[in-house]
Amino acid sequence: MPEMIINGLAVNFRSGETVLQAALAGGIHIPALCHHPGLGHFGSCRLCLVEILAGGRPGLAASCSLPASEDLVVETGTERVVRARRVVLGLLLARCPDAKPLLELAENLGAVKFTPRPGDPGCILCGRCVRACRAVGANVIGFAWRGRDRRVAVPFDQPPADCLGCRACEQVCPVNVIKVVEDRGRIRIFPWQSEIEMAYCRNCGAAIGPGVQAGRLQKRFPVEGPLSGLCPACRRRFQAALAGGLVIQPT
Amino acid sequence: MTGNEYTDIVKRHTSPNGRVLSILEEIQRKYRHLPEEALRAAAEELNLPLSQLYGVATFYTSFSLQPRGEHIIGVCHGTVCHVKGAARVTAELEKKLGVSEGGTTGDGKFTLESVKCLGCCSLAPVVSIDGSVHARVKPETVDELIKSAIPGGAPGD
Amino acid sequence: MTEGGIKHRVESGRDLQALEKKGLELLYPGRPRIAVAMASCGRAAGSGRIYESIGDELERRGLDASLVPAGCPGLCSREPLVTVLEPGKARIYYSGVQPADAGPLVSALAGGEVYQKRALGAEVEDRLVVTGRQIDLGPPPGNLGLLADLDFYRPQVRLATRNCGCINPFSIHEYAARGGYRALAEALAGDPSGIIAEIKKSGLRGRGGAGFPTGLKWEITAGSGHDEKYIICNGDEGDPGAYMDRSILEGDPHSVLEGMIIGAYCMGARHGIIYVRAEYPLAIKTVGHAIAQARELGLLGENILNSGLSFDVEVVMGAGAFVCGEETALIASIEGHPGEPRPRPPYPARQGLWGKPTCINNVETLANIPLIAGRGGDWYAGLGTAGSRGTKVFALVGKVKNSGLVEVPMGTTIGDIVLGAGGGPDGGRKLKAVQTGGPSGGCIPASLVDLPVDYESLTGAGTIMGSGGMVVMDESVCMVDMARYFMTFAAGESCGKCTPCREGTAEILDILDRITQGGGRPEDLDTLDELSRVVKDASLCGLGQTATNPVLSTLRYFRSEYEAHIKDKHCPAGVCRNLTVYRINPELCIGCGLCAEECPGGAILGRDDQPRVISQESCTRCGACYRICPQEAIFFTGRGMPGA
Ligand SMILES: Cc1cc2nc3c(=O)[nH]c(=O)nc-3n(C[C@H](O)[C@H](O)[C@H](O)COP(=O)(O)O)c2cc1C
Ligand code: FES
Repeated sequence: MPEMIINGLAVNFRSGETVLQAALAGGIHIPALCHHPGLGHFGSCRLCLVEILAGGRPGLAASCSLPASEDLVVETGTERVVRARRVVLGLLLARCPDAKPLLELAENLGAVKFTPRPGDPGCILCGRCVRACRAVGANVIGFAWRGRDRRVAVPFDQPPADCLGCRACEQVCPVNVIKVVEDRGRIRIFPWQSEIEMAYCRNCGAAIGPGVQAGRLQKRFPVEGPLSGLCPACRRRFQAALAGGLVIQPT
Repeated sequence: MTGNEYTDIVKRHTSPNGRVLSILEEIQRKYRHLPEEALRAAAEELNLPLSQLYGVATFYTSFSLQPRGEHIIGVCHGTVCHVKGAARVTAELEKKLGVSEGGTTGDGKFTLESVKCLGCCSLAPVVSIDGSVHARVKPETVDELIKSAIPGGAPGD
Repeated sequence: MTEGGIKHRVESGRDLQALEKKGLELLYPGRPRIAVAMASCGRAAGSGRIYESIGDELERRGLDASLVPAGCPGLCSREPLVTVLEPGKARIYYSGVQPADAGPLVSALAGGEVYQKRALGAEVEDRLVVTGRQIDLGPPPGNLGLLADLDFYRPQVRLATRNCGCINPFSIHEYAARGGYRALAEALAGDPSGIIAEIKKSGLRGRGGAGFPTGLKWEITAGSGHDEKYIICNGDEGDPGAYMDRSILEGDPHSVLEGMIIGAYCMGARHGIIYVRAEYPLAIKTVGHAIAQARELGLLGENILNSGLSFDVEVVMGAGAFVCGEETALIASIEGHPGEPRPRPPYPARQGLWGKPTCINNVETLANIPLIAGRGGDWYAGLGTAGSRGTKVFALVGKVKNSGLVEVPMGTTIGDIVLGAGGGPDGGRKLKAVQTGGPSGGCIPASLVDLPVDYESLTGAGTIMGSGGMVVMDESVCMVDMARYFMTFAAGESCGKCTPCREGTAEILDILDRITQGGGRPEDLDTLDELSRVVKDASLCGLGQTATNPVLSTLRYFRSEYEAHIKDKHCPAGVCRNLTVYRINPELCIGCGLCAEECPGGAILGRDDQPRVISQESCTRCGACYRICPQEAIFFTGRGMPGA
């Protein structure tokens, strides 16, 4: 396997991997916020900075989007890296003064103090939710506006009709500002204000999943006649029974 | 303004390159803003997520979600115009039109904007009125300028 | 403004000669030819009306002359500009022409004379740089100097802007008559790698700001194996204070098209896109017209000049976003997304528009290509310095006497440009600083006038070449306000994707706002310095990586001015209103009362011929009185200064 040098140590990497991936696999910790192993790289938070000493353009680079390569020599803790990281973290904290994960990071890494100027409550604009919604959801959220006005938004701030309720956004948010409330057969996702009815099995009453998702599945992979509207377990049982020649009347 | 009109606009732009920009540009030009139903119709016709079009509509300064005035008065705030007193021109226009920068007059006639360098720096400060650029604008004579550039367009009337 | 004449396809060198012949008849028509500079700058100065008035006059007198629009010859501050060429005589340039001049100008022409009142200079020969050919026009009139001897033109070598102001930009024939499309014809007869080798030899570096070697970029794109490739001309030109690309697109669009077609041949691209910012409607129109003409003649489309090359170009209009000049944002924008940059690599040369290899070049870069292809790399490399070959067009603007576009060999000093061509600050004030590179560049102090302009020297001095903006500042300009201006720009244009650029520029702007309003604190300068360095170091794209150069350079060269703002609450230039106190020196005041008339706030007290006083409560510190006072009796001082 090819090798590169991180903090003076030879680290193996597979072709196509980034420096951050190689470092993590080699047991070297680099703090990162917008990076998520399940999503393509984005390079927006700038916390994962490393300093390139050789094998690339000298200076700082975001390790999450820096391809690992044979002659690359980087350091993760030079003075320049530390200084930049503290400023970046400080700027994020000025935006989200109460974000616990940031406060914890600041405790470990240090952060420069700036005047608080709260942005869109608690959101650090890492874009993980946007990318997750694009990858597995229905692409209902996106970045809107620009500069300091940038925020993750649903179009026209209207509850998105197409939201699947897949909750991918909630799962990937590093600062836990996406909240899902389950309430009387529906889920509500904040701050998008999506409201999704859950679908229940006609037979046993177990939750099948968000109604929109169930509707989509039904459209794409239709289940006909008496087997429709059942949870997988009930469907399998009835399928077996049907094969045996029984006529059933789901209640 | 039926959904069909928007769909017709979408259909006229066939090249994939710059398609979204040119469609939104045409809608903006025709309706002086991007109405919600226009974005919805365009997203549907283009088979693109509405979130993408909303992102584009809010990112670029050529687009606006609120209607702009019939006439757009853009004061250049490029470097040279800044150095040569663009702020005073804007202040004077604000006074004359009774709106602040970015605003539209109550009668929907004028929108006062700050625009990025128009590339006529040697003639600074410059003001663009409905797309045509006017050189060496003096705060004292902005109302005459508007009157001569827009027939029947005396501000404050 | 379409042209009559040849309509069939241009398929061979012979067809091209026919095009050229027709063009020569248009350029040198055997009757007077009057060209009015009608680029955006000319139109803003009123050239549209001049064009009409001259047309009316010609008709009224029944004078047979050809009247055409032209691009901008560069001296924008003297616009409206008109040139008159009579057979066998030198070409006369007129400047500052007013509609009322149309009559006398035309009657002078009818009498075979020069209209002295507006005459600027004479041109005795036309040099076609692409071919090296020289066309003698005729002797200069006795009482008029040569245009080339004017301060403004003396240091210039006009390569990229070779046709701007000479030809009718709507005429492909006139372009051909100046040697246009010849380099293309020769290129298509040869080997693509040979042309790339010439471009590498020329040392041409990208004129869009980053200065990447063009030949190398072409080689990489050519080597990116793929059957579909793109070539994009970057005409986003968002730097405030720079407009050379606009001038080329408006004045000589075919030079850019020819550069793109040569590029397409070298790199194997089938599709071309010219991305022009929305603020340039005339450029969009002119380029669109040029594309249609080239297509009509078969210089774009299938099997160009029977070479087997198929290539077409379309225009994409921007929608108001400076960051879209950054190449990955530009691609996102064309693909229908917000203009948000992405990390590189992969570089567009490998993975660009729609994932296909894409070569992105600046307008001026492309306009140089036909020259290099035609005259060879060595010829081009003969100009400039070791690291920066050829010429560069600068927008010489701001507080300078002769303002406009100057094209000079790389390595010319700041002084030769600003004090020489520009004639120094206007209005008799002292030169204070020169800002290059727009919002990505920095301010160099007047003490560095001997600095040669090339990529390395400018970077060493804390600024950049950028796209070629050169804003001259005299003592009436406040450097802290300048830094604040550029940070306002950067914060407003930041896409907001990455933390340092989004939050950092906003934080810096807050601090600068505070300083210019009198709330500066001693520790602010260190914070500014640290923040600026980190934003530069840690940002995702070139916007953030250069956005703080205006702050860093002013901190480096004008630190004492920051200190005056912070410690003494004093703006030495009198620009920052909250810090400035206006007073009247009773010994100098003659009581003329002009100041009171001018004052918008009624803050000037006293009457008759008594010395006036300023009521500090009512004064808005606009400085109107200061500017109008004929006795220079009004002065300003800092809020925190003794005696304020
Ligand atoms: C914020 C930003 C704005 C830019 N704006 C422009 C521009 O307006 N025109 C341009 O040609 N290049 C611009 N560039 C540089 C381009 O990214 C790119 O380097 C250039 O177009 C390549 O062409 P060249 O090699 O011929 O210079 C900009 C870069 C950045 C970071
Ligand atoms: S994790 Fe690399 S920039 Fe955010």
